[in-house]
Amino acid sequence: MKALRQYLDRIKPNFEKGGKLHAFQSIFDGLETFLFVPNTTSKVGTHIHDSIDSKRIMSMVVIAALPALLFGMYNVGYQNYLLAGKLAEASFFNVFFFGFLAVIPKVLVSYIIGLGIEFAWAQWKHEEIQEGFLVTGILIPLIIPVNCPLWILAIAVAFSVIICKEIFGGTGMNIFNPALCARAFLFFSYPSKMTGDSVWVATNSILGFGNDLPDGFTAATPLGEIGVGADVPYTVTDMITGFIPGSIGETSVIAIAIGAIILLWTGIASWRTMGSVFAGGIITAVIFNLLDMTPISWYEHIVLGGFCFGAVFMATDPVTSARTSFGQYVYGALIGAMAIIIRVMNPGYPEGMMLAILFANMLAPLIDYCVVQTNINKRMKRLTQNNK
Amino acid sequence: MSKLFSKENKEVFINPLNLDNPIMVQVLGICSALAVTSQLKPAIVMGLAVTIITAFSNVIISIIRNTIPSRIRIIVQLVVVAALVTIVSQILKAFVYDVSVELSVYVGLIITNCILMGRLEAFAMMNKPWPSFLDGIGNGLGYAFILVLVGAVREFFGRGSLLGFQIIPENVYNWGYLNNGMMTMPAMALILLGCVIWVHRAYFYKEK
Repeated sequence: MKALRQYLDRIKPNFEKGGKLHAFQSIFDGLETFLFVPNTTSKVGTHIHDSIDSKRIMSMVVIAALPALLFGMYNVGYQNYLLAGKLAEASFFNVFFFGFLAVIPKVLVSYIIGLGIEFAWAQWKHEEIQEGFLVTGILIPLIIPVNCPLWILAIAVAFSVIICKEIFGGTGMNIFNPALCARAFLFFSYPSKMTGDSVWVATNSILGFGNDLPDGFTAATPLGEIGVGADVPYTVTDMITGFIPGSIGETSVIAIAIGAIILLWTGIASWRTMGSVFAGGIITAVIFNLLDMTPISWYEHIVLGGFCFGAVFMATDPVTSARTSFGQYVYGALIGAMAIIIRVMNPGYPEGMMLAILFANMLAPLIDYCVVQTNINKRMKRLTQNNK
Repeated sequence: MSKLFSKENKEVFINPLNLDNPIMVQVLGICSALAVTSQLKPAIVMGLAVTIITAFSNVIISIIRNTIPSRIRIIVQLVVVAALVTIVSQILKAFVYDVSVELSVYVGLIITNCILMGRLEAFAMMNKPWPSFLDGIGNGLGYAFILVLVGAVREFFGRGSLLGFQIIPENVYNWGYLNNGMMTMPAMALILLGCVIWVHRAYFYKEK
């Protein structure tokens, strides 16, 4: 640790103004503050400093997403071997390593393109590198199907970083969740690679691992099958452990629950938002069930599709969610209810979590405004009454 | 002759193409710009239609500007514009029927296009016919230029073609290239328009 610090201090003058590597100053600054919490404090005004800064928060979210990523890798392999009928003779290592090889290019593309744009932007604008993409970069691969081609992923990442984040002013200023923007871009631009029943299972063997599946195989997600009126061939245990086709990181409720515990325990995610997403979703699903409009019960609505992943990692994004305590309840309940409503009422979209969260992102400032204004009005009324 | 192309008149014509562009700077006429630009051909036709109507309604209003009572000037302007729009719409139906079907209501809605009313109110009501004509042409072409730009990008990436001819060869599709479906949606037109305005503000436009 000490050697690293000394090394950084030694090369630091090169990057300062007049140094020969000044052009890469933002990159150096980004790496230095990533490795060590900067010890500079503001000189004016009164501030309360938390010992954890936003780079550390982002790292914590990445750690929380790792169980979902690792399980996602295993599930990619599992689905491939299952459909090829060779699951029994395959070892755990083979299955996992195939999934690893299928998923890791997506993570790399996401990080290289996204961080490349962030670095270039910071250098161009002479700003510090913003840390927001650390999280976005790992969330994007988790919410796309495994067969999504890398080049459209690259376009989507570039789109989301530039159009959804940087032009609003960068991390902390964006209205919409960048990871979901990337997914929405893919969903509307290249629907043949994002929906349907042939994109959810890896079809080609990689470096001798995995199996080549024949053309024309199909494996729909459970929600996709429900959408066309078919029965779900998976047990509830499969749904909860996550051995079902789906986007890479969204299938396992258990892996997501581990992430949720980390996020809640460290206080990064708001339990109000997370809880009210589930509450809103459960209540809406129960109502639709009583009206006989949806063939699956409420707990299946919750464990299937991206509901859990969205509730834990997307809805709780501190930048795009509501900030007032009461606003967070409203915001979360709106997401949960909208997700189930889109699933049930719109035959075109078997999954509604992405659109529900983007919709609520848009309304979050309004919700906050209403909550704050109500409070101001209440106190104003109390003041005038007391003065009478 | 030299008076016809004097410096002021040149400015009247050139300004709307760049520094006073109706879409990029005044941000007028956005709705039709989003609606008709999914392909290049309707964008060109729409741009030409608006150019012609703006130019001639400018001239007509400018000729009769001193006889219009100011209390009913909007109605007079609307009558002139509506007559011209009807003529253009009939011509489109007669000669390029398929494009007029594609443009559907948007030809009729030129009547309510903010650029037209804006130019009539702001320029034709207080200038002579010739400068008004140049102003109309300039604003129409400034509008048409953005439409063609956005239309070309949207058709190229959304359908792989330009003016209906396939540009991107079949081979590229076989390698795994896909058309971008979002380009054919109006949402992407808004984003592209925003990018055009962004580039313009960054490199060409100077705040006064």
